[in-house]
Amino acid sequence: MLWNLPFITVVVLTFIGIVTVLLKKNIIKILLGINILESAVNLFLVSLGYREGGVAPIFTLAPSELMVLPTPQALTLTSIVIGVATSALVLSFAMVLYKKYGTVDIDKIRRLQG
Amino acid sequence: MTLADFIVTNAPALLVAIPLFAAFTCPAIGRISAAARNLWVMGAMLVTAAIAFILAFRVFSTGTVIYVFGAAATHLAVPLDSGGIPIRIIFTVDAMSAFMEIICAIVGVSVLLYSMSSESHNSNLEGYYALFLLMITGVFGMVSTGDFFNFFVFLEILSLASAGLIAYRIDGGLAVEAALKYFVLSTLGAILVLFAIGIYYGQYNALNIAMIAQRMQFSMLDKIALVLLVAALAMKCGAVPMHFWTPDAYSMAPSSVTAFLVVASQASLYGLFRVVFTMYNITMNCVTVGWIIIILGVLSMVVGVTMAIPQKDIKRLMAYHAVSQTGYMLLGVGVGLAVLGNATLTSAFGFMAMEGGIFHIFNHAMYKGLLFLTAGAIFYRIGTRDLNKMGGLGHTMKYTMIFFIIGALAIAGIPPFNGFASKLMIYESVYLFNPILAIIAMVVSILTLASFVKVFHSVFMGPQLPEYADVKEAPLPMLIGMGILAAIVILFGLFPQPVVDMLVAPAAHALADQGGYIASVLGGA
Repeated sequence: MLWNLPFITVVVLTFIGIVTVLLKKNIIKILLGINILESAVNLFLVSLGYREGGVAPIFTLAPSELMVLPTPQALTLTSIVIGVATSALVLSFAMVLYKKYGTVDIDKIRRLQG
Repeated sequence: MTLADFIVTNAPALLVAIPLFAAFTCPAIGRISAAARNLWVMGAMLVTAAIAFILAFRVFSTGTVIYVFGAAATHLAVPLDSGGIPIRIIFTVDAMSAFMEIICAIVGVSVLLYSMSSESHNSNLEGYYALFLLMITGVFGMVSTGDFFNFFVFLEILSLASAGLIAYRIDGGLAVEAALKYFVLSTLGAILVLFAIGIYYGQYNALNIAMIAQRMQFSMLDKIALVLLVAALAMKCGAVPMHFWTPDAYSMAPSSVTAFLVVASQASLYGLFRVVFTMYNITMNCVTVGWIIIILGVLSMVVGVTMAIPQKDIKRLMAYHAVSQTGYMLLGVGVGLAVLGNATLTSAFGFMAMEGGIFHIFNHAMYKGLLFLTAGAIFYRIGTRDLNKMGGLGHTMKYTMIFFIIGALAIAGIPPFNGFASKLMIYESVYLFNPILAIIAMVVSILTLASFVKVFHSVFMGPQLPEYADVKEAPLPMLIGMGILAAIVILFGLFPQPVVDMLVAPAAHALADQGGYIASVLGGA
């Protein structure tokens, strides 16, 4: 049970993230929902690569024991970097929209229709 | 090693490296002068396109090309001491990838040429060109890569660059609104893709598409991953019921960008086909998944065209038609997938349906790009996209009118334009599969024609309006950009058979042949 805890956390975080994205009206809160979802995926990737009792995967100094998998850690790093770019872009959109419309509520930002 | 050898050997890597390098140096070059920057960007695009053609020629003449980053030799996918696991990032360019690269190269060159004058009156063009080249990088990367995580990275590069370009003309916040909608959906889609990648990695310890395909068990987890991927990629290619970002994003982006966004959506379509054909193929229940794709396609066709008819904004109208045309591709390839497990049906009409769908990808990129560019030319000259305010432009914008007619007849599937060639293949083969689907496809085609006759009439026909009396023809670079696409529309419409034999049939076979894809990467099989 205990070793499933990370995966249970992933499911909970995913749920919170999706609900936030779908139900919140404020762009900043939607962005927070996206960030929670990203953390859920990152946690999922890192826990996939974890091996109990493994050491950090640095080949030069490693004793010949069990290592955690290096690939998911590399994937997670890449995904975090992409997440930063995503957040920056959404925040800059929120800034421009606030300047032009005076609000960040997506129910009031609705001039495109049809 | 001579330069020519170097280019041929490293073509898959250069395809991504050159636009990436040019994109990030573009702001620095822009400090010198605008002319130097234009020359730099155009030069980079032409070199990239030339390399894409060299690579495609090599693929179509000698078979799949693989390129392994950081290996002792570029074709050494499986290192000798790794125990049979391809550990490096790898580009696998088979006939289908090469086919998509040709589309991207042609549209990229003509759109960039067009934007040299359509954007010339705007400021901050360094950012525009840098993002545009990043889009090119994203598309080339997505269609070339043989590593699934790499696919995700290029997908995100493409979404970030596209969102930046959609919001490029802020337009009182409207463009930013469209970009936000597009980008939130893209990001959610990309997160779903990353979840699916995690699921594959957890089960098969591999990120390489060929390796995953070889080990594919179609367990419960694989079904979840398939659902995540189909949902995410169908949303990115704008299929109904996940199409609502398309009209906003397509209508608010600058026209040159919209023409390339069509190609960007098709890169996602390629991803969808790659997942269902190469990764799953007959290990899954092809009939069910095939029917899901067919239903997505039919819904897109019908909903797209019915939403298009009442539109007042010319680009919004065209965007709904783009949704509708995506439906044809999904229909053709979906029928091919539904009969994949059955060899007699596949050879009877399955391959033809796939060829029709894939050929339609090419044709759609050409005529839809052309139509969006003509809409951009009209907007450039008269400053409105509202159909009710237009009229009588045929008196002054003759060439634009001719290009519009070519594009409109091609999208409606009238011979001798290229839309007819691919639609006929889809009608014939789908009729054998299920006559009702073929009839729906034909009715949608007729509605498309009706809608474009209306647009043609309200934009170009009628007496010359006084407020547009001094409107001039679009500038020469824009006309050349449109002319390239129009020439291809006519050429492929007049001689479809050589194109099908040389490009489309190999692409369809490469897509269906899962064993060949695996063997080209892992060897043997």
